[in-house]
Amino acid sequence: MVTGATAIILALAVPSVGAALIACAHRAPNLRETVTLVTATILFAVVASIAPEVLAGARPQARLLEVMPGLEIAFTVEPLGMLFALVATSLWIVTSLYSIGYMRGNHESHQTRYYACFALSLASAVGIAFAGNLFTLFLFYEALTLITYPLVTHHGTDEARRAGRLYIGMLVGTSIVFLLVAIIWTWTVAGTIEFEAGGILRGKTSNTTIGGLLALYIFGIGKAAVMPIHRWLPAAMVAPTPVSALLHAVAVVKAGVFTVVKVVVYVFGVDAIAGLKSVDWLPFIAGFTIIAASIVALRSDNLKRRLAYSTISQLSYVVFAAALLTPLSVMGAALHIAAHAFGKITLFFAAGSIYTAAHKTQVSELDGIGRRMPWTMGAFAVGSLSMIGLPPAVGFVSKWYILSGAMASEQWGAVAVLVAGTLLSAGYLLPIVYRAFFVRAAAAGAAHEAHGEAPLSIVVALSVSALATVALFLFPDTLLALSRQLAGTG
Amino acid sequence: MITQLPILQVVIPLIAAPLMVLLRHGTAAWLLAVGVSWASLAIALGLLSEVAGGGLVSYALGSWPPPWGIEYRVDSVNAYLAVIVSMVAAVVVVYMRRSVAEEVPQEHHYLFYSMYALCLAGLLGIALTGDGFNMFVFFEISSLATYVLIALGRDRRALMAAYQYLIMGTIGATFFVIGVGLLYLMTGTLNLADMAARLPDVTDPRPVLAALAFITVGVSLKLALFPLHLWLPNAYAYAPSAVTAFLAATATKVSVYVLLRFYFSVFGETAVFRALPTGSILLALSLAAVFVASVVAIFQGNVKRMFAYSSVAQIGYITLGVSFDSATGLTAGIVHLFNHALTKGALFLLLGGIALRAAAMRFDDLRGMGRLMPLTSFGIVLGGLSLIGVPGTVGFVSKWYLVVAALEQGAWWIAFLVVAGSLLALAYVWRFVEAAYFHAPDPKMAAGPGEAPLSMLVPAWLMIAACVYFGLDTGLTLGGAGEAAQVLLKGKW
Repeated sequence: MVTGATAIILALAVPSVGAALIACAHRAPNLRETVTLVTATILFAVVASIAPEVLAGARPQARLLEVMPGLEIAFTVEPLGMLFALVATSLWIVTSLYSIGYMRGNHESHQTRYYACFALSLASAVGIAFAGNLFTLFLFYEALTLITYPLVTHHGTDEARRAGRLYIGMLVGTSIVFLLVAIIWTWTVAGTIEFEAGGILRGKTSNTTIGGLLALYIFGIGKAAVMPIHRWLPAAMVAPTPVSALLHAVAVVKAGVFTVVKVVVYVFGVDAIAGLKSVDWLPFIAGFTIIAASIVALRSDNLKRRLAYSTISQLSYVVFAAALLTPLSVMGAALHIAAHAFGKITLFFAAGSIYTAAHKTQVSELDGIGRRMPWTMGAFAVGSLSMIGLPPAVGFVSKWYILSGAMASEQWGAVAVLVAGTLLSAGYLLPIVYRAFFVRAAAAGAAHEAHGEAPLSIVVALSVSALATVALFLFPDTLLALSRQLAGTG
Repeated sequence: MITQLPILQVVIPLIAAPLMVLLRHGTAAWLLAVGVSWASLAIALGLLSEVAGGGLVSYALGSWPPPWGIEYRVDSVNAYLAVIVSMVAAVVVVYMRRSVAEEVPQEHHYLFYSMYALCLAGLLGIALTGDGFNMFVFFEISSLATYVLIALGRDRRALMAAYQYLIMGTIGATFFVIGVGLLYLMTGTLNLADMAARLPDVTDPRPVLAALAFITVGVSLKLALFPLHLWLPNAYAYAPSAVTAFLAATATKVSVYVLLRFYFSVFGETAVFRALPTGSILLALSLAAVFVASVVAIFQGNVKRMFAYSSVAQIGYITLGVSFDSATGLTAGIVHLFNHALTKGALFLLLGGIALRAAAMRFDDLRGMGRLMPLTSFGIVLGGLSLIGVPGTVGFVSKWYLVVAALEQGAWWIAFLVVAGSLLALAYVWRFVEAAYFHAPDPKMAAGPGEAPLSMLVPAWLMIAACVYFGLDTGLTLGGAGEAAQVLLKGKW
């Protein structure tokens, strides 16, 4: 029996060792891809082995070393981290499968570097998920930015280099200038940076300082892509699609909103700051991002760009839900981290599948493509339902809780934002499904004759993620249990 | 034997220097230099363990008891410094063999190593001596040796750079000796501890103030405090690679020590920081150094010069820590002394590997380096991350303490400026990343040799590894710096 502490260390070690093995196997692509898949599977098994303990109410801990007096690299698995780690590691398996088809199908170069960096970024994501204090979280947060840089700039073109600049500049910039200062400030005010249920800043400082600190955290956590710190995300879409899928729908951006929720719950304390005047600006910022990003998505013809802005909008749902500061909405925030991950990765997979098989990138080119690629577009439809928040997709569950939270606390403005966001997301996703299945390919129809479905591994991967989206709607027990524990409503 | 350590620390390299000239043989001189450097490290570590926990070692030169004779006085502050200097020396000296063989004419090799030994003797002498005039002498020894070392660079501009440094360095030394002279005039002693004891009794404060001003300006020239840094970029850029690495990691650090010693142990914290606006002046100059030098660094066309300007900025961080005049601030400054020595030493060592291929060190020459010299390039990236202050590197430790020190004083705007400086570092480090990784190698370059030789790569990577190790395990560095800060703030030496 592996104990919690060992499992935590293993969860960090497995992908790191996997990366090394991948690098060693660079001359044997089949072996390399096998290593990736095996590593991903083992990692998921290790992470999943911690889940029963956490569900039973335990908080497994592991302490690595004390870097400075009072600053430790330490890990504690609590419900939110458990949820994030489960989501990221389970989707890594699917993404690895997908990557094999995509990278080979598109004859991408530097595949060894790609798989190795991917493994390392998963190690960083797990480090973020399990971080027991702000310092550890910051360490892995920065590591994740740096290790994904080679993935974002994978193609090495001028466009990739510019996107990379924006990516590194905004993410490292905000994290150093705002987040780091916020962490050190928290440390000097609270005397600790360990995450604690109920919040470590409770009763330690004035309301004005709380407001200032919250602003530093929200804008310092650039990965959450709250406007105006969102530009890096669409720019990063220059990366190969699997990168966009796992990192910019799951690991990186979710690390951002995960950190926001974690900070709100464990640093500030939900009920400690509920109703404070100095923090009531947050729902406005998040609400604005939801609406504004949706409108941009609505107007984008490029499919990946549309999905990127949809991601920005959906991320702000999480921030928005956390900012409502009610137990139900916090639950919704946690659920939405998982729900959006499964739905959005399906959408990205579909976008990449279309690109691989049909070399199409624009929404306007997709007329009738559903007949050629029924699996891909079927999965896309399921993902869209989840984004909008309709049953039978898991997006419905999280929206339900966020809405319940808003209604229970009679925040009618918030309800209006949620409804508007839902309508807008229907507006930018459903037309794609409609075009694909119901509009006949016009003059350009001949082009469709040249292709069928994407390679098998791609189709399998996106079907699995679409199925998971539905399955989580039908069997949301684990997700609900974890998020209940987080919100203290269980 | 233990009691003789302070003098051995200085005398061994001092005697080795003329021996090398007598040997007149490059390889033999190098072997001797290796022995000397490693012996210095052993002695420095011995001294540090001797004084750990607030101990003090006093050595009377020629058995003339202080304050009449010259005293070597070692506490945890200068023992820590001697360890930094000799540690860098021990690593760089191994690297020198190949690098110097490529960059310096064969017939000058033994002279090169002789000058290196002299420079080392001078720096260690400054660190250990407890005598004002003796300190000046060692200043001169190390500086004169440095001028020669810089002038040995293969670029003809090295001569001009050395000359520039000679002029500036001489002005600095002169100012310093005037300051010491004034203090001698007022107290009748050159022994620094004795001087500190007598200064409170001096009735006329004006000459003492003048002495403080002279010493501050003189030493600031040596440590390249903005705006007295103008000699540094050229000197670093055109000196032989090994010399740049050695100087960047040691010379300016030793000068910072001298400033600390005079401020805290001779004049006293009260006189310097409470009665005078020294703290504010230092603060303003440090911040100016961080921003001006970093911005200038971003626009350099020569990589070595870029990192030289970065040194000026990083020195700004060190003096910024000092300017807070608090235990945390001083700890931050002193630990950054160590951390920056490690980082910049490593970076210049790695750049030396690139210099074998592309002597001009222009950004255009770096195209495709990530592919041609993967280990060297990746090392530079890691060193660069330490300059930025990414967690997990030594740079982060320094930055953390600087921000804490600023917030302790409620100066949150300084905290923001400190971290904003990191962004500028990000900008110039990323220029290297883009140059090295986003272009195909020049076919001319690609035809050349591959990675740098192991004898250069191993020492450089040793320091890079240390950058990461001491970023995660700070017991030694931070512990040492904290203790040094306590000793300095206690005031008495």
